[in-house]
Amino acid sequence: MAPNTDILHSIAAAVNNDAAMVHRGRYVDLNFLLSIGSDSHFLTISQGRIAAITLGGGLMRPWRFAIHITPEAWKKFRQPLPRPGYHDLFAMCKLGEARIEGEIHALMANLRYFKELLAHGR
Amino acid sequence: MAAKLGAELGVEFEAAIGRYMTVEIQGRANRIYFETAGQGIPLVCLHTAGADATQYRHLLNDAEITRNYQVIAFDLPWHGKSLPPVGYHLEDYNLTTDLYLDTVMAVCQALKLEQPVIMGCSMGGRIVLQLALSRGAELGAVIGLEGADHQEPWYDTEWLHRPDVHGGEISAALVSGLVAPQSPDEFRWETLWGYLQGGPGVFKGDLHFYRVDSDYRDRVGDIDTNQCPVYLMTGEYDFSCTPEDTLRTAARIDGAQATIMEGLGHFPMCEDPAQFRRYILPVLDQIRGKT
Repeated sequence: MAPNTDILHSIAAAVNNDAAMVHRGRYVDLNFLLSIGSDSHFLTISQGRIAAITLGGGLMRPWRFAIHITPEAWKKFRQPLPRPGYHDLFAMCKLGEARIEGEIHALMANLRYFKELLAHGR
Repeated sequence: MAAKLGAELGVEFEAAIGRYMTVEIQGRANRIYFETAGQGIPLVCLHTAGADATQYRHLLNDAEITRNYQVIAFDLPWHGKSLPPVGYHLEDYNLTTDLYLDTVMAVCQALKLEQPVIMGCSMGGRIVLQLALSRGAELGAVIGLEGADHQEPWYDTEWLHRPDVHGGEISAALVSGLVAPQSPDEFRWETLWGYLQGGPGVFKGDLHFYRVDSDYRDRVGDIDTNQCPVYLMTGEYDFSCTPEDTLRTAARIDGAQATIMEGLGHFPMCEDPAQFRRYILPVLDQIRGKT
C-alpha cells in the first residue's frame, strides 16, 4: 500500500461503473504509469475498464506512456474546485508540476478519456 | 418583421439574424457568414482559433448591449458557415497576421462600419493589438479577450491534423482544460462543440498565426491609446494566455486597461456568459463614454 493506492482504486471503481467512460475508452488497451512523486502505479486499461492497478515503479514492467505529477500538485488537482494552474493535466505540465513521457499517441488519440479518468470523482 | 413572424408561428425568435456576403480578401472571393443584432456603435466580434462566431451568441442576444451597440460576429473563412476559398483542397490553410488583418478590415469595409470597436478572443485578442497599431485611426477601440503580445506554447500542433488522431476530438480535449472548472457544464460543452466540429487542419492553420506569425512584443509599445483605446481582459484559469501574459502586455502599452476575470478561463463570452457580463458591461459603458 502506498499513499495513493486507495484513491486510485476508488477512481477505478468509479470509472468501471461509469458506462459512458468505459464506452469512450473502448479502444484503449494498454498499461500506463502514473507516478505521484515516488509513489508509482501501473494502470492496466482493458477496453476502457481499469482492469488492474499494480504498485511499483521499480518493476521492469513495460508501459506505453507515463504521467509524473508532484504530490503537492496531485493533491491540488484532486480538489473539488482546483486553483488556476492545478485544474488540468496540461496546465500542471506548463507549470512544471507534471510531466508526460513515452509513446503518447494512445494518450493523445484518447485524450478526453485519460483526462476524465485522472479527474474522475473530484 | 421577424419578431412578428415568430409570434404568429408561436416561436420565440432570437434577436440575432444571420446573413451571407461575398467579400474579396487578398484577391480571392470569400463567402462569409455573419450574425448581427442591435444598433449604435459597431462592435465586431472575433472568435477563437478553430471555432466560430457562435461563441458570441449571448452578446448578440443581450438587450442591454444591443441597445447601444450593433453587434456583428462573423465566421472567418474556413470556419463555421463561412466557406474556404475556391481551391482550398489544393492547399494547407495557414493564417498570417496580414491575412487576418485584411479579413477583418474587408468585413468592416463591406458593411461600411464607421469607427467600429473590435473585440477578439485568444488569437482574436492577439490581432486586435496589430489592428490598434496599424489601423487604430479607423477604429473606436479594441478589446482583447485572453489576449497578449506573445505566449509560450504548451503542445505540439502536429497532433491536431493527422490521419490517426481525430482532429476534432483532440482539439476539444486539449482546450477543455482552458475552460474554468466552475463554468456551467451546458456552456462548457457548447464551447467545446465548436472545436469538435472544426474542419480538418483549420485549428492548426489558425495556430500558425498564433504561434509563428504574431510575436508582437517588439511593437505593442507603439500603440497610441489616445487614438484607439485598448482593453485587455483575461480569465484567471487561462493557462494558455495567462493573466501574467496579459498584464505584461498591458504594461507595455501606455494607457491600456487590463482586467483579470475571476472564475473564467480562455472562452469567457461563451463558457460562462453571466460571469463575463459582469466584466464586459462596464467596459462597453466606458467605451461609449458613460463612465
